Amino acid sequence: MRNLFSRTLQTTIIFLIVGGVMALALGGYFSSASNVFTGSLINLQAWFSSRFVAVQDFITAPRDMASLRQRNIELEADNAELQAQVIQLQQQVGETEILAALVDFSRARPENTYRAAAVIGRDPSPFLHYIIINRGSNDGFLRGMPVVTDQGLVGRIDAVIAAAARVQLITDPASNVNVRLQNAEVEASLVGSVTGDVTLDLIPQDVNIEIGDLVLTSGLGGGYPPDLIIGQVVNVRSRDFDLFQQATIQPVVDFNHLSIVLVIVNFKPVDITPLNPLP
Amino acid sequence: MRNLIALPVIILAVILQTAIVSRVYLLSGIADLPLVMLAAWALQEEVETAWHWAVATGLLVGFVSALPLLAPVIGYFAVVGLAQILQGRVWQAPLLAMFSVTFLGSVIASILSFAVLRLSGVTLPVGDVLGVLTLPSVLLNMLLAIPVYAVMRDLARWVYPSPEVE
Repeated sequence: MRNLFSRTLQTTIIFLIVGGVMALALGGYFSSASNVFTGSLINLQAWFSSRFVAVQDFITAPRDMASLRQRNIELEADNAELQAQVIQLQQQVGETEILAALVDFSRARPENTYRAAAVIGRDPSPFLHYIIINRGSNDGFLRGMPVVTDQGLVGRIDAVIAAAARVQLITDPASNVNVRLQNAEVEASLVGSVTGDVTLDLIPQDVNIEIGDLVLTSGLGGGYPPDLIIGQVVNVRSRDFDLFQQATIQPVVDFNHLSIVLVIVNFKPVDITPLNPLP
Repeated sequence: MRNLIALPVIILAVILQTAIVSRVYLLSGIADLPLVMLAAWALQEEVETAWHWAVATGLLVGFVSALPLLAPVIGYFAVVGLAQILQGRVWQAPLLAMFSVTFLGSVIASILSFAVLRLSGVTLPVGDVLGVLTLPSVLLNMLLAIPVYAVMRDLARWVYPSPEVE
């Protein structure tokens, strides 16, 4: 009984002391001592924490780098693929625009039947101005058929095989197209050159030609259908001692950037060679 | 059988010529890849089929081009002939021989084309042809000479491997 009383007293005293210390601490009487104590604890925890984080970084960082590198490679591959798609789509947009212009052109001239072909090459000789297109006799192309774009006359088919054809451009030095000047209502002959310039020849001296006059096919000779646009007059050369005037023409077609052309497949060229007088 | 390598190589050269090289202009001149290729091939010591290559290349270019067949065939024969003459004389300086054959061959091919077209009735002013066509073409051919020579030398060593030296 006495022992029980003694232990209860001890416990009560201990609780009272602890409670008193806590009350004093909460009351701010031990602030300097508690600051030193808690500061030491916080520093110790911070030290442990920083070391743990350093060890954790050391252990996990290589794995993260590897995963980041892998992710970077994947993103670079995605980026390259998207860039390729952008280029492909831009190319398709360009081709679609060209085809739309060609469709508009063919709709505006329902009297002709057109068939499109892609330009796949040029003549290997620098002396000649020919292009090679990717359709031939299998598609109904025949020698002499006129070739145009939505802008104007390109030339005519010179040779055909089953799946390809060779087109003589109007800039070729051997090309000769019968044309008329729209404003002057006069006919002349359009010839090419090795440099790719086209010149109007055989214009009578008494005809007044002005810069900017439109040049169209006349249809004479049966080589080309009439009223296909060729270009504009940019320079006139008239000398008193010449029989005819000459004019330099700026073609409406950009012959250096031909990609798709139209062949007029319902035009039958007339061969007037037998009518030419023998030399 | 190894001579059959000529067919794919010549066809590839003509395709590259019409599809790419003919679109790269310097003034009005363009390079002649089959000519340069033929010159480089004919200058290789181990090659004995250069004349066959000249015939095949001439016929193929003549088929693709609107130029009369005679001009490319004779032009390529001239290139191989020049190469055969120079091969024995300047054997210690193959690049010098390559440049010489390319230069002379280009000029001869240009003169032949000019002559054939003039005979066909095409009007060609000599000044224009020389200034804006022949000289730029020769320059472009000279630029192609070194890389084409390197490729054809490797091809020749692959087709005609030298015997093992003990």
